[in-house]
Amino acid sequence: MASVEFKGIVKRFKDNTVLNGVDVDIKDHEFVVIVGPSGCGKTTLLRMLAGLEEVTDGEILIDALRVNELHPSKRQIAMVFQDYALYPHMTVEENMSFALRLKRTGRSEIEARVQEAAGILQLQKLLKRMPKQLSGGQRQRVAIGRAIVRNPKVFLFDEPLSNLDAKLREEMRVEIAKLYQRLNATIIYVTHDQVEAMTLAGRIVVMNKGIVQQVGSPIEVYRKPANLFVAGFIGSPTMNFFSGQLRSEGDRLLFVNENMKLPIPSFLLHDGDRHAGREVVVGVRPDDVLVGRDGAECSGKMEAVLEVCELLGHRENLYLKLGGLRLLATVEAFFDRSPGSAVTLCFNYRNMHVFDAATERRISE
Amino acid sequence: MTEKEKRILKRRLKFLLIHVAIVVAAAVCVYPLLRIFSVSLRPGDKLFSTDLSIIPPNATFKAYSDLLKHTLFLRWMWNSLVITLATSVIGVSLASTAAYAFSRFRFPGKKAGLILLLSSQMIPAGMLILPLFLMIMKLRLMNTYLGMIIAYSVSSLPFSIWILKGYYDTIPRSLEEAALVDGTSQVGAFWRIILPLSTPALSIAFLFNFTTAWNEYLVARVVLFSSQQYTWTLGLFELQGQYITQWGMFAAGSMLVTIPVLAVFLYSSKWLISGLTLGSVKG
Repeated sequence: MASVEFKGIVKRFKDNTVLNGVDVDIKDHEFVVIVGPSGCGKTTLLRMLAGLEEVTDGEILIDALRVNELHPSKRQIAMVFQDYALYPHMTVEENMSFALRLKRTGRSEIEARVQEAAGILQLQKLLKRMPKQLSGGQRQRVAIGRAIVRNPKVFLFDEPLSNLDAKLREEMRVEIAKLYQRLNATIIYVTHDQVEAMTLAGRIVVMNKGIVQQVGSPIEVYRKPANLFVAGFIGSPTMNFFSGQLRSEGDRLLFVNENMKLPIPSFLLHDGDRHAGREVVVGVRPDDVLVGRDGAECSGKMEAVLEVCELLGHRENLYLKLGGLRLLATVEAFFDRSPGSAVTLCFNYRNMHVFDAATERRISE
Repeated sequence: MTEKEKRILKRRLKFLLIHVAIVVAAAVCVYPLLRIFSVSLRPGDKLFSTDLSIIPPNATFKAYSDLLKHTLFLRWMWNSLVITLATSVIGVSLASTAAYAFSRFRFPGKKAGLILLLSSQMIPAGMLILPLFLMIMKLRLMNTYLGMIIAYSVSSLPFSIWILKGYYDTIPRSLEEAALVDGTSQVGAFWRIILPLSTPALSIAFLFNFTTAWNEYLVARVVLFSSQQYTWTLGLFELQGQYITQWGMFAAGSMLVTIPVLAVFLYSSKWLISGLTLGSVKG
């Protein structure tokens, strides 16, 4: 296995800059998920690593070796494509052994490696079938098998589950996680699905508009989002955001807008006076909007109106109106109130986030 | 009549109408062939006859044996076969690679090139006779196989390129990219992935080249001048004299020349299947 480094990667298509100075360092045996919305440049970055796109500027290193000009086949990588890209005129076995046959590997070794990969992915009974005779999930497994057989330094996955239905996607996600534990390989996985990113990654790279927004462990990215984009992109349902101003009132720092007045604890922002007068955005995850609680755990209570309830099974989404603001709370099912009724709510300050309105960067601890 | 019965009746009526139309169309196509076959079996050189039977009274294969024994017909067939096969192979080879470039690469003049190719198809074949004659004469290839092969190959190239480019465009690029990652070169990906998947389009291009070259008369008339080098189209017209035409042999020749085309059609029909790329990508 190998380490991968992206150093100041820039990619331009004519006047359109798709990647603008991407720096990411991926260690040996690491499972890194690159996540971001459509068009953020994540697939382009992966394709550049695979050698399928030219690098406009910057350096890509695999095991400290610059590979910018190296042919895809010489990079010792294997790629699983979003649309499977199985060779339709070859059987499953021929698909899986294609790369080895090109390298003129011995017949017995090819057979052993294909059998081993087929065993891992439970493809033994499908080896003689053509791709058109397989289901979506089976095709995806063959595509992964084709990658495993090559024994590459780095595995690249380009949104491999996006064409599967929800149930199959869940199953394959677990398969990939198991595969990683078994192979202990360096894997770079691109997706727009933050659930995949959170569940699979050792480290997440969040991208937007061709720029890396944050690199960190799933919990780090979730608990301490570096900026407004990451806060809004990671986590489902999406975080609630409130714009307002920080004001100093006595020895307290307050967040104020026309609908709410929240005390900002010192563990969130040190040196409160320093921030007074600053325009900020406060972020609270729906899980941290506490509805209908009493006692000490809920300070700074506010009155809101319940607009819509959405039962998800074990949880329930509550769409609330607080003055002129709308916010979402996620609570234990079954919340026994009818739409239109008044509810009290407060926030869990421990998990609150404060961002500078101008720079959109996180300023809270 | 119930709704269900009405539906069944409607379906049967539709089935009947479609089949009547197909049978009529088939009869229109087959009738001339049957007449020619009938003429080839008639004793004597009778083109016109009131007899409508396909196998005429006193039917004989004399016209066939005369054609094979007393004319250079086999030589003409051989000439045609060599020229046609060479034209088809060269034409398809050139078109398949040119079409790949047009389909996959970006280069200056790509769009203009494609339009130019298409517009060359709008020029009537007769107008190209003079330039072709001049080119072949300057190349000192008059009355040669090579002269004919060059003339035929280039004239059918634009159509073949368009057919193949259109087909390549439907093959997902990710297949080639997967092949590149797996270890092939760009040429390798073309050879191992694109070409095997393009057999339906390659067959159509081959058939087009084959039938065009096999049936061509005008260019052959200009380029070839010795009867030893004649293709069958020129050869058959040798049988047409100023005062007498040997219609029996003419018809027999016409029947015999359909055999290679028929054989090529039948053989290539197995390649003319769609859906070869089925299952390669999510679709």
